[in-house]
Amino acid sequence: MLTTLSRKMLLCLTGLFLGFFLIIHLLGNLQLFLPVEEARLQFNWYSHFLSGNGLIKMVSYVLYLSIIVHVIDALIITSKNKKAAKPYQKDQRGRASKWYSRNMGVLGTLILIFLVIHFQNFWYVYKFGTLPVDSNGNKDLYQLVVTTFQEWWYVVIYVLSMVALCYHLIHGVHSALRTLGVFHPKYVRWIKVAGAVYAILVCAGFAMMPIYIFITTG
Amino acid sequence: MNLDAKIPEGSLEQKWENFKKTAKLVNPANRKKLEVIVVGTGLAGSSIAASLAEMGYQVKAFCFQDSPRRAHSVAAQGGVNAAKNYKNDGDSVYRMFVDTLKGGDFRAREANVYRMAECSLNLIDQAVAQGVPFSREYGGYLNNRSFGGVQVSRTFYARGQTGQQLLLGAYQALMRQVGKGAVKLYSRHEMLDLVLVDGKARGIIVRNLDTGVLERHAGHAVILATGGYGKIYYLSTLAMGCNGSAIWRAHKKGALMASPSWIQIHPTSLPQSGDYQSKLTLMSESLRNDGRIWVPLNTGETRKPNDIPENERDYYLERRYPAFGNLAPRDISSRAAKERIDAGFGIGPLKNAVYLDFAKAIKEQGRAKIEEKYGNLFDMYRKITGFDAYEEPMMISPSAHFSMGGLWVDYELMTTVPGLFALGEANFADHGANRLGANSLLQASVDGYFIAPYTVANYLSGDIHTGKIDDQHPAFDKAQEAVEANLRKLLAIAGNKTVDYYHKTLGKILYDYCGLARNEAGLKGAIVEIRKLREDFYKNVKIPGDSITMNSELEKAGRVSDYLEIGELMCFDALSRNESCGAHFREEYQTAEGEAMRNDAEFQFISAWEWAGADADPVLHKEELTFEVLKPIVRSYK
Amino acid sequence: MKLNLKIWRQKDRESQGKLVDYVLEDLNPHMSFLEMLDTLNERLILTGDEPVEFDHDCREGICGQCGMMINGIAHGPLQNTTTCQLHLRSFTDNETIFIEPFRSQAFPIKRDLRVDRSAFDRIISSGGFVSTNTGQAPDAHALPVSHQVTEEAFDAAACIGCGACVATCKNSSAALFTSAKINHLVLLPQGKEERQERVIRMVEQMDAEEFGHCSNTEACEVECPQGISVLNIARMNYEYNRALTRRK
Repeated sequence: MLTTLSRKMLLCLTGLFLGFFLIIHLLGNLQLFLPVEEARLQFNWYSHFLSGNGLIKMVSYVLYLSIIVHVIDALIITSKNKKAAKPYQKDQRGRASKWYSRNMGVLGTLILIFLVIHFQNFWYVYKFGTLPVDSNGNKDLYQLVVTTFQEWWYVVIYVLSMVALCYHLIHGVHSALRTLGVFHPKYVRWIKVAGAVYAILVCAGFAMMPIYIFITTG
Repeated sequence: MNLDAKIPEGSLEQKWENFKKTAKLVNPANRKKLEVIVVGTGLAGSSIAASLAEMGYQVKAFCFQDSPRRAHSVAAQGGVNAAKNYKNDGDSVYRMFVDTLKGGDFRAREANVYRMAECSLNLIDQAVAQGVPFSREYGGYLNNRSFGGVQVSRTFYARGQTGQQLLLGAYQALMRQVGKGAVKLYSRHEMLDLVLVDGKARGIIVRNLDTGVLERHAGHAVILATGGYGKIYYLSTLAMGCNGSAIWRAHKKGALMASPSWIQIHPTSLPQSGDYQSKLTLMSESLRNDGRIWVPLNTGETRKPNDIPENERDYYLERRYPAFGNLAPRDISSRAAKERIDAGFGIGPLKNAVYLDFAKAIKEQGRAKIEEKYGNLFDMYRKITGFDAYEEPMMISPSAHFSMGGLWVDYELMTTVPGLFALGEANFADHGANRLGANSLLQASVDGYFIAPYTVANYLSGDIHTGKIDDQHPAFDKAQEAVEANLRKLLAIAGNKTVDYYHKTLGKILYDYCGLARNEAGLKGAIVEIRKLREDFYKNVKIPGDSITMNSELEKAGRVSDYLEIGELMCFDALSRNESCGAHFREEYQTAEGEAMRNDAEFQFISAWEWAGADADPVLHKEELTFEVLKPIVRSYK
Repeated sequence: MKLNLKIWRQKDRESQGKLVDYVLEDLNPHMSFLEMLDTLNERLILTGDEPVEFDHDCREGICGQCGMMINGIAHGPLQNTTTCQLHLRSFTDNETIFIEPFRSQAFPIKRDLRVDRSAFDRIISSGGFVSTNTGQAPDAHALPVSHQVTEEAFDAAACIGCGACVATCKNSSAALFTSAKINHLVLLPQGKEERQERVIRMVEQMDAEEFGHCSNTEACEVECPQGISVLNIARMNYEYNRALTRRK
């Protein structure tokens, strides 16, 4: 039986792994900002490389598992918290904390819905659909990305989801390091800033992609 | 009645050693057959309950609060004295003994006082081992500060929350035993009567305050560590629940009450601001280390304190007591304040306060240093009054604080009822007619940690063949029936005045006639008034609800009905003592300069009062005090 | 001044409670919040109603017995203040004030505004102590402890056990209370010897009492009367992780 602290540790470790993945994902996707033809070949080669590599495959399974564990653990924690707490007739407790720190579950749900859309848009089509190939013979995922982001409402969904992700990450990184046990006041301050900078950079980077493509190819 | 204090043989230094050497012991295998009831879980109660359980006795601990950690020891701010002489300023056990005995105006037993000073050394060690975070210097060693009535620095402190930290140490020791099953804890249980079987204390009747159910608990000995009854004045520094009911009901079962009128009025509490007020918050005496007390030189002063120039201020303590100045003992400081206030120099909206000024200390030491020493007290002052004491002087006034009087106990802390012990503020033992600052935490702790574990065992050694005490004994039936009848009687009155009305009225009578200054006519009048008030109480008090559910008003009514009797005894006690000593200041007995005049020839004794029934005057017994080592001198702090 | 009160009335543990309206007039703004309740009770008693049961004792902010939700905030609008130290000057004339008990699965309501916080006692008895018996102590100067460490330990030890952290936590977590005691003791050399057993036992007891998880929203520190730092929680996590990795 896990204690409250162990459950939080599980959430922390899976969350940090997912956060680390986001950095790699972002770095790879920066190729989308290259000139169109160069971006197409580079990006498609990169996608082909990722899907063919055994090691990457292993990592991807860990990634899927992390998502599932993170979600299930969060559900268990939330349901236990709901059982522990009792509602007030008048509730102004919110004055003492940030709204996003109290609503990680809501933010997480939005992100999960986004993930489904995101997987359906790209991962599912790449894996199970049929795509044309580019001049190097790689599946032309780039074209799929461009086509998708020419729909304005997809751009809106993606950008808003990145806002949700950003707040989720700002509190998530901060909270995860607390769970790990970083308690020295000096480093705690520093880490709080670093975590926020990370969250903003990553989410801004991802949000720029649909906007950039919508503007440049639309 | 012969009051035998059972002081051990030997020189002053050897008495406690001699007792411990010859005290009877109980074999570890027999200890688990012996049950001890401890009422109260403050410093004295928690520490004795934990200590006895560690030794292997079966202990039941009771408190009326919802957790033992809330007992009022928690509120002691300034510190705890110990003759460690870590400061190398000439302190010693003997000097502490002298200071305490002199501070108490030579109205305490030499042997008891010496033992308290002696045990103070161990207490600091014990508390540190428990994790009490006493203030330390940068080198890592313990820090001390000075308190009223002494010229050395022997007060150990944990910011302004020393009582809290010491209590948490004792509470944690208690909870450790609760976790082991060695102590059974009954919080929210109030003792309503003592049960005697064959003349010995063998149990108590308690009421579960959450459910109203009465319960009986039997044991081989009963220890009362229920604190003081200063709340009798209604406005006091004590907690709302502090009461004298446990000791008073024991008194009615035969335990004598000693010196009930010796109540310390603390000089530095926050003044009353209106009729609605329920409590006067204490500002630690430690503030007098750096604060200077003054009133304006002119009556009817209307300027703000900071606008009054230095030469128009009267630093009356520094003026009257140059040797001790602002650190004069509590009784003297309080009386000096009352003298100025009565003379029309009081300040504040009700003209009932004096200034405590930190401007000089802040200028000399810097605000940061003052903040470190007293930050929490200044915060508390701001929260309660809305004023910033870093910018302007605090307003303070005297308030009822500590009862030096209590159940009469012998050297072994046993009352006149065999098997009934009283520890800490509930007994009268060590402070004489006036307690020195930072000695109350000390007394409560040493009683519980170091004295009672020996003396209670000494008593219990006679009970190893007694077997389990039966709580179905007729004596328990009788006691429970009496308690039930009393509750019914209170509920049946159904009058038109609240319990608080009676409590406030009684408090006012006592402040006026049995407070900082007393006189014969006033005390006689007060006795009549209290009797009338009591009569009125039993006719006109209104208590809502019933006795079989939670009922705070019923709890209060029980306590106030006892106060109405204790108050009368206090007046009898004050009236019978035709001298001024310590907190007891009879206006008829003072010098031309207004200082107290003690009368050693006639009153060098402890007054121990016997209950003679509700309609009879109490009976006085005397325990003569003998001073072999320190001859009584006139107490002067000039 | 005049106040419109909406006070939670509940007969006992099992009963359904509800908010009841009371109006008080001619109040002095220097009155404390609890004295205002005294005034209300006085009136209720004289008119034949049942007075409101509420927890209180020392009325100077140190015993930790008082505590209620005032307008949905633990101990009311002032930060780092107990209910007993709150005065009516913190409210405006004719204001409506909701008064409810601290609510949590682990703090059952006993009657009206009184709650059962004995869960805290059980957490302490599971390990919140130094295992030393009376009379075993070496001289207090045998182990020097630095000024800074002592002050840090004191900051944690200052907790008054009122339960505002639990009441204000959206998850009813007792992490601040539990961690404060763990850190008070682990910081001092006397408490270090049993640090592993202590943290594990206290965390397990905290869970057994059905308190929720800490989400690090940090609201508890804001409302704590003693301003106990949330970094205590981080340090408890460190101690717990450390204990798990070293446990045999």
